[in-house]
Amino acid sequence: MINEIKITKRKKRNQAIAFWIFRLLSYSIVAILFIILSFIVYKGASVINWGFITKMPEEGMTKGGIYPAIIGTLCLVAGSMVFAFPVGVLAAIYMNEYVKDGIIKKIIKQMTNNLAGIPSIVFGLFGMSLFVNKLHFGDSILAGSLTLGLLALPVVIRTTEEALKAVDNTFRQASLGLGASKWQTTSKVVLPIAFPNIITGLILSIGRVSGETAPILFTVAAYFLPKLPTSIFDQAMALPYHLYVISTSGTNIEESRPIAYGTALVLIIIVLIANLLANGLRKYFGKKVKMN
Amino acid sequence: MYKIESKNVDFYYGPSQALKNINIAIRSNTVTALIGPSGCGKSTYLRLFNRMNDLIDDIKISGQVMIDGEDIYGKGINVDSLRKNVGMVFQKPNPFPKTIFENVAYGLRVNGIKDKKFIEERVETSIKQVVLWDEVKDKLKKSAFELSGGQQQRLCIARALAIQPSVILMDEPTSALDPISTAKVEELIYELKAKYTIVIVTHNMQQAGRVSDRTAFFYLGELVEYDETKKLFTNPKQERTQNYITGRFG
Amino acid sequence: MLSSSITSLTVVLIVVFLFKEGIGLFNQKPVEPGYVIAINKNNKVKELSSVQLKNIYDQKITHWSEVGGTHDSIVLFQLEDISNYYSDEQIGDNMQNLGSCMSRLVDSLPNIIAFFPDKYLDKKFQGTLLEVDKVTLHDFFAGKEWIPTAKPSAQLGVLPLILGTLWVSLGAILLALPLGLAAAVYMSEIANERVRRIMKPLIELLAGIPSVVYGFFGLVIIVPLIQKTFDLPVGETGLAGSIVLGIMALPTIITISEDAMRNTPRAMKEASLALGASRWQTIYKVIIPYSISGISAGAILGIGRAIGETMAVLMVTGNAAVIPHSILAPVRTIPATIAAELGETSNGGLHYKALFALGCILFLITLFINLTVEFISNRQKHNKH
Repeated sequence: MINEIKITKRKKRNQAIAFWIFRLLSYSIVAILFIILSFIVYKGASVINWGFITKMPEEGMTKGGIYPAIIGTLCLVAGSMVFAFPVGVLAAIYMNEYVKDGIIKKIIKQMTNNLAGIPSIVFGLFGMSLFVNKLHFGDSILAGSLTLGLLALPVVIRTTEEALKAVDNTFRQASLGLGASKWQTTSKVVLPIAFPNIITGLILSIGRVSGETAPILFTVAAYFLPKLPTSIFDQAMALPYHLYVISTSGTNIEESRPIAYGTALVLIIIVLIANLLANGLRKYFGKKVKMN
Repeated sequence: MYKIESKNVDFYYGPSQALKNINIAIRSNTVTALIGPSGCGKSTYLRLFNRMNDLIDDIKISGQVMIDGEDIYGKGINVDSLRKNVGMVFQKPNPFPKTIFENVAYGLRVNGIKDKKFIEERVETSIKQVVLWDEVKDKLKKSAFELSGGQQQRLCIARALAIQPSVILMDEPTSALDPISTAKVEELIYELKAKYTIVIVTHNMQQAGRVSDRTAFFYLGELVEYDETKKLFTNPKQERTQNYITGRFG
Repeated sequence: MLSSSITSLTVVLIVVFLFKEGIGLFNQKPVEPGYVIAINKNNKVKELSSVQLKNIYDQKITHWSEVGGTHDSIVLFQLEDISNYYSDEQIGDNMQNLGSCMSRLVDSLPNIIAFFPDKYLDKKFQGTLLEVDKVTLHDFFAGKEWIPTAKPSAQLGVLPLILGTLWVSLGAILLALPLGLAAAVYMSEIANERVRRIMKPLIELLAGIPSVVYGFFGLVIIVPLIQKTFDLPVGETGLAGSIVLGIMALPTIITISEDAMRNTPRAMKEASLALGASRWQTIYKVIIPYSISGISAGAILGIGRAIGETMAVLMVTGNAAVIPHSILAPVRTIPATIAAELGETSNGGLHYKALFALGCILFLITLFINLTVEFISNRQKHNKH
């Protein structure tokens, strides 16, 4: 009996110690996140003002703003989404609503997974050799957008697929039962229900694309270009590349540090907004769908 | 003195009340069956006896649940020790991803027993108790997943017996088994009665009739009727019981 | 139909383009096109490997005997050295006589090895033009030096890059695995729902921060910190890379292993608790063994992320292409090499192709990792039913 009490005590103590360690380690991860965020916010906040985001870079990028980089990134995000979103959503619809389970579906799935696992620098290599060299797009927004679009494709496909899967089968059966065709069912019943989750995926992939650097290194990014792109065949500056360049190989690294902090903060803000928006939407629509 | 006694037990999941003022007393070395339609609270009630409901957030319980005269929801109760005394067998066979031997030894090990010889002996007697020894004695080092469903369930019972509880809770133990395996488990329940107090939740009224001494009928969180099994099935006092056992609802 | 196969098509295209350029490397000679390497006609040596050539020009090989010739010491010659032998007048104002000067020079010096553009190869040239082996798989994978711009012969040994990549990734996973696993266990089994609801989006946010921002953070915080702590000449080290990559691999590890643990059947946990095991005992004796394949999938994918990561590593590891001996030395990874050098190469040249070959290696590694993970999770599904 005494022995048993001792054992119980030891069990309790071990559990307390273990849980305590796990809690500590978990909180330390949260702490790392906050250190990174607060550091960049702290250093970058004083740099960001209206001029910073609307002015051209000046004096070897040690002064002035990052306007062209912001515009460049916007162009790239828009360009890549114009490509990846429709293609990805269609692919997911086809896969989830039309293809029957079997070897083909398995292969497509596996390929999508593989595509998602390919490092972004390999996308960069590929984009350079196909779009820039083979198709003669040159270093251009077009080449960069397509490269980024390919990179975002698996993300769009996966989130869309999950959104479609989450739609209860009874909806489909009900619609088909009323004599609607497969496509009518998909477009009028399934898609509207899945729509919020699909949009969430879109927003998340925007967040991802806007921060990617490696794929644009050799397909679009310009080191310094104090004018805005006028066509999709122009080169452009982009925020992540800009941050990379001015923090590692700018003309005057020390003096351009504040600009670097500002750029990093702008990037973080974009990602933060994308995440918050996606989470918010998820919650908002999650409730709405339930209410229906 | 009763082995298990519940007095005025109310139980809530969040705002909804799952059990309403349940009073039951169970004697040692008997088999008690809990029956009723799905969602009537019989499983919830069973899980009060080893405090398995504690795992769920946002629950509330009032009243008393006593085992051997001690309130198991009282202060100073060690839940681990309580669960050691109150074994449980689940709906589906749920062996651990370990060897057959280690499955049965698990309860001993987690309760701090290190003596190898002792563990070996206890594992053997427990497996013999569930009449599985001849089938598995040559493959104790094999994964428990290699056994058939019925064997797995008997292994799970052996696992519960190994730590020598005095009460065994069974939550629809045969619902995932074929008729032959079911018969084996029922036979086992009958034999185990000599040593243990058994409470069994079942969907199957024939089963309740076959194995139990007393039966409790639950409906919508209420205990409608609790009596000797024979009486309850042949001559129920309540109309609702009558309707249920004759298959008019449920 | 077309759209659904677009991912497959893309993968195939990537393979085709990468490998077309990458494999092209092995058809090329490591000597810059348009250049020749000449020796005296009486020299017995007829062939040199790329490494030998480099060692000769680095003066690590100084005698012909070391490469199968006579015991004489080697006389190195590059075009800039011409003024040591001939006056400007002899060469001519427009170098019109350079060709004949070269012929005479190689003829007159029995132990010379000369590296010069083939346009200065005179018709009357009597010396031997050395054959240099094509780049071989062996040179590529076992070569210990990566100096693609070396003259006269580029050194394309990827060993230091592969080792550098593995080194940094291994360090990253050693840091990230305990931390990530702890967080996964905490979130799935210990924390209550409210804490979990707060932590989950934070982890997602950690995954969303662009790698270049991690690199920047590493550059301005971690690199100086390492430099100060270990009193190093530079803080850009393998360790800095491992730390940054470790942080970046955390979300992958956490999300996947948390999912795996949450998928442990409730009945399994309850069975353990019902036998009197504490929650902690249940975690390490039942839940972790049950979800071990999911956890290893998470770890492997984390390694995959680390291996393929480019920008952050490029910014903090110092990028020295040498075989790493310490975590406190600069290293260079495969992706960082591609990112840093592709901009300087000429389209279709040797260096360009070498970088594509690196891309192939990277692709194959990540493919291997993906297939492994797929295999593990399939086996897991299989086991459970």
